[in-house]
Amino acid sequence: MDLIIGHYNYWLVIIIMMTGFYTVISQGNLIKKIAGLNIFQVSVFMLYISIGNVKDGAAPIIESDVTVYSNPLPHVLILTAIVVGVATTALALALVVRIKESYGSIEEDDIHNQDHSL
Amino acid sequence: MMKHNLILRVISKFMIPLIFLFALYVQFHGDFGPGGGFQAGVIFSAGLILYALVFGVETAKQIIPPFVLRCLASLGVLIYAGTGVASLILGGKYLEYGVLASTQVAGQHLGILIIELGVGITVMSVMLIMFFAFAERGQPE
Amino acid sequence: MLDSLIGITLLTLLMIQAFAIIYLRNLFAVIMLFGAFSFISAGLFVVMDAVDVAFTEAAVGAGISTILMLGTLALTYGRNEEKQEKKSSHKPWLPLIVVSITGAMLIYGTSDIPAFGDPQAPAQQHVAPYYLEKGLSDTGVPNIVTAVLASYRGFDTLGEVAVIFTAGIAVMLLIGGRRRSTRRNTESGDDDET
Repeated sequence: MDLIIGHYNYWLVIIIMMTGFYTVISQGNLIKKIAGLNIFQVSVFMLYISIGNVKDGAAPIIESDVTVYSNPLPHVLILTAIVVGVATTALALALVVRIKESYGSIEEDDIHNQDHSL
Repeated sequence: MMKHNLILRVISKFMIPLIFLFALYVQFHGDFGPGGGFQAGVIFSAGLILYALVFGVETAKQIIPPFVLRCLASLGVLIYAGTGVASLILGGKYLEYGVLASTQVAGQHLGILIIELGVGITVMSVMLIMFFAFAERGQPE
Repeated sequence: MLDSLIGITLLTLLMIQAFAIIYLRNLFAVIMLFGAFSFISAGLFVVMDAVDVAFTEAAVGAGISTILMLGTLALTYGRNEEKQEKKSSHKPWLPLIVVSITGAMLIYGTSDIPAFGDPQAPAQQHVAPYYLEKGLSDTGVPNIVTAVLASYRGFDTLGEVAVIFTAGIAVMLLIGGRRRSTRRNTESGDDDET
């Protein structure tokens, strides 16, 4: 029971992570794949932030009447990761536009039918 | 360009200066509350993207020509790296802000302020570069 | 108690949205759900006391990512085309098995992590108390996340700015100019555009 109370949010986050993973590997449309990749990313961020959470802690901004703070180090890491993630998403979307211009379709099956080397 | 959406045009004329003001607030109060360079750059570019969506991409490109955007993007990175070089010149190590002002703490505060400015400028211009690239691709030559 | 209740509600909402993104075939609805997903995850970050992260996730995920996806949708589907995903010809059994095995292994692995919110966890012990105690006096900045990001770990932020700059250059190289983006009369297969 203690295990469930202490870990339920990790399990929910892992379910969301697997949903994103499933979208990436099984859906055929490229835009949906990129959406699934972003879902995966956000759930990994949630996993990290929940590791740094401290019960009854406050946000890590120093104020005079607060004693317990949350851990600021995962926040720093995830800030960088979010910005890198948006850069990756923008590049992936630009590549989708170029794929559409070259192959005429953004469905994986159509692209595979046209170019059997992929 | 939206000719028929009167509500959108009136409201965005009211909201866009507030968005810019909020972006500047988030930039310079990143030390005392949540915020900082990234958030401010994204919010500032969101205001300009709203303007481009309602009033047309061509009008938005007259406010900020793409040439200026490319210069601003490089300028932001240059400010950041240049602060490190300035610390080197003034006697400390690379990106050691303590030597930039008279006391250690004042130097740190000044250094953090300057590099957050550089980060905000770069993020703002890169988001706008990406948006303009996507918005203009479909137009015929 | 209220914190965990809000957290569970938001996580359930996120799960429902993630399942809906798999199930829906209309791409416009998928992109809108994705924007809502980012926004609700920003709310979840606030509940977990990560205010800087929530700010960035709301601005970047619900703002920039959504609008770039809408731009891609406009560039890849014509004005009068149905923006639907095609029915897939593959059965989902193999991806489901892979996903279940990976999920089960991950859930088994997280049983070793200290309980959620434990103040004695190893993650809170070694470096974080130093930053929390000395951050204000070393840098003069009350926001410890900004102090760590800009001063203690300034090199990483320099690298991050370089990454976003490179991404801007790359997007400019890939789709910077104006091109005729529709080539519908090419020798593509006869099974599309139906």
